[in-house]
Amino acid sequence: MNEPVTNVLFAGIGGQGIIKASDMLTEAAFRMGCDVKKSELHGMSQRGGSVSSDVRFGKKVYSPMIPRGEADYLIAVSEDQIEVCAGTLRKNAVIIRPSDIDPADASSRMLNIAMLGRLNRHLKFPETLWVEIIRESFPAEIAEENIAAFRRAAGGKE
Amino acid sequence: MAEKRVVLSGDEAVAEAALACGVMLGTGYPGTPSTEILEHFSAIGGKAQWSPNEKVALEVGIGVAFAGARSLVTMKHVGLNVAADPLFTLTYTGVEGGLVVVSADDPGMASSQNEQDNRLYAAAAHLPVFEPSDSREAYDFTLRAFALSEEFHTPVLLRMTTRVCHSRSPVTLREEKETPVSKPYRKNIQERVMVPAFAKKAHVTLFRKMEALARWNEKSDLNQTFGPETAERGIITSGAAFQHSMEAAPGARILKLGMTWPLPFEAIAKFVAGSKRTVVVEEGEKFLAGKILEHGIPVEPKADAFLFGELDVARVKKLLARDESPEPAAKPGRPPQLCPGCPHRKVFETLRDLGCIVSGDIGCYTLGVMPPFDAIDSCVCMGASIGAGLGLRHGLAEAEARKVVSVIGDSTFVHSGLTGIVEMVYNKPATGHLVLILDNATTAMTGLQENPATGRHLDMSETTPLNLAAVCKAIGADSVDVIDPTADNPGFVALVKERLASSDASVIIARRPCILQVKKLAKTKKQ
Repeated sequence: MNEPVTNVLFAGIGGQGIIKASDMLTEAAFRMGCDVKKSELHGMSQRGGSVSSDVRFGKKVYSPMIPRGEADYLIAVSEDQIEVCAGTLRKNAVIIRPSDIDPADASSRMLNIAMLGRLNRHLKFPETLWVEIIRESFPAEIAEENIAAFRRAAGGKE
Repeated sequence: MAEKRVVLSGDEAVAEAALACGVMLGTGYPGTPSTEILEHFSAIGGKAQWSPNEKVALEVGIGVAFAGARSLVTMKHVGLNVAADPLFTLTYTGVEGGLVVVSADDPGMASSQNEQDNRLYAAAAHLPVFEPSDSREAYDFTLRAFALSEEFHTPVLLRMTTRVCHSRSPVTLREEKETPVSKPYRKNIQERVMVPAFAKKAHVTLFRKMEALARWNEKSDLNQTFGPETAERGIITSGAAFQHSMEAAPGARILKLGMTWPLPFEAIAKFVAGSKRTVVVEEGEKFLAGKILEHGIPVEPKADAFLFGELDVARVKKLLARDESPEPAAKPGRPPQLCPGCPHRKVFETLRDLGCIVSGDIGCYTLGVMPPFDAIDSCVCMGASIGAGLGLRHGLAEAEARKVVSVIGDSTFVHSGLTGIVEMVYNKPATGHLVLILDNATTAMTGLQENPATGRHLDMSETTPLNLAAVCKAIGADSVDVIDPTADNPGFVALVKERLASSDASVIIARRPCILQVKKLAKTKKQ
């Protein structure tokens, strides 16, 4: 049998930073020493259509697409995409919704990063790794705000 | 050899390999999912340029290869239809410097008008095809493709698919980079001038070359086996389908083909002999299965249901189980639409309100088909709006013919609309015709690429802009107007009405920049 793989599905609409957040998780998993694969559908997504991105990591990952019924986590940056993604989720999948993020903790522009923080309550990757990746992913003037949003969302229990 | 491990998309991996092996020039036309190859190649220091269309891109690549240097030519699958004319004779002439053509196929049509499988082109035009299955292979196979191209003096087709182009996975990069070189010019009339006398010999030479390539492929490590020596069932697969197969059937006996044309039939026969039954798992047409069966080797092709759409792990499980029960329908997501503030909106409102019959084209403006506009009547391929619009004018009764408008974007117009204007002037329909060029100053749908009319190169440096109005006038259109359809909407509506009422061959350039492009340019300037 193949080794178990962690599957994180990101979903939202064009312009919400789905691709960026999933790229950052991919990089984090890679630097944790995992094999990792990520795939997404874009093209027409820039025009306000649905965007989803699959991130898979573990000892060895084959398909870049999360098989139906195997997503462990759903990061639903847009609430209305939860139903669209239902078929991909495992029975007891963890769903992270916009309502899980206190609006005081992160502006809507940083929702994607705050949701990564929330996800890290489960993944427990070192915070220093995330800080490093956020700094590499954003211009200096907004990196610190994003780090703060990540930290506020990451604090607390699963 | 120094190495570096990074996570890359398949497209980025191809670009990194091109830079590492000294590609002198990358050419192409933007098309999802291939666009990022040249963008990344340029970003990391390679010389890359957008061509007006894929045919020109390949022709420029051919010249680079005749000069003895390496060229990379990229396009989406349908782009190869445009470039097919040079391709089919390029295989006769062969190349001096390595030439790799990337065809990014789109099974499942995430962003395309059809699902064509371009491996069929390799068999028809007689050139080798490589199918990488992830980013690591996209990198390695690109390096190998350039080496093979020069060893056999043949162009090589690198067939990618959406899930290879747009997926990310770890790649080991070599740190050493070759410097692009050109060699002294070598004149060889018999090899390069395809008049019948020379082409007859070249065709035979090509046949022998393909035989030699097939022998090469028999021993190539581009093809790999996995699992036990023998098993009840074997699987032959390639590309992304290999990855799905490894997950759908853990531990299975698998022959993964990296070079899928010309096929290594002896190696395949040997593999097939090790199992009672061998199933071919492939995305797109039943290309491998068809060729292998034709060669008298007993394999099972996939069921017809899997000709449609992408494969994934669940579908490969069904394919292997010969389970033809209906598949669960995917829940529809939110459809794309014209952005709020998009300059095309006013155009389609006008065409809808005037009850026009709209011959459409390929680009963001194809979204004019969506409610609340419902204002596109047909969309076939790049540039078809003008020819098909003229055909509608010829074919419809006068009252309806007068409602026909062709709608085409600036980049698509440069790609293949110019000859349409020539046709309109040369064979003007009795009712005349109206072509609307929607000039939003960018190639928007594929992600805001430059084109000859924007006056900027791929790397944003300035060049002479193509003057669309001057070109249309020079071709001989009866009238050419330029108007902003949003800022002067009443003027635009009145102008369209007036041109439709006339029997002239008219062009209206509806000019207003894409709102996303305006933002991008402001950002670029700030940096």
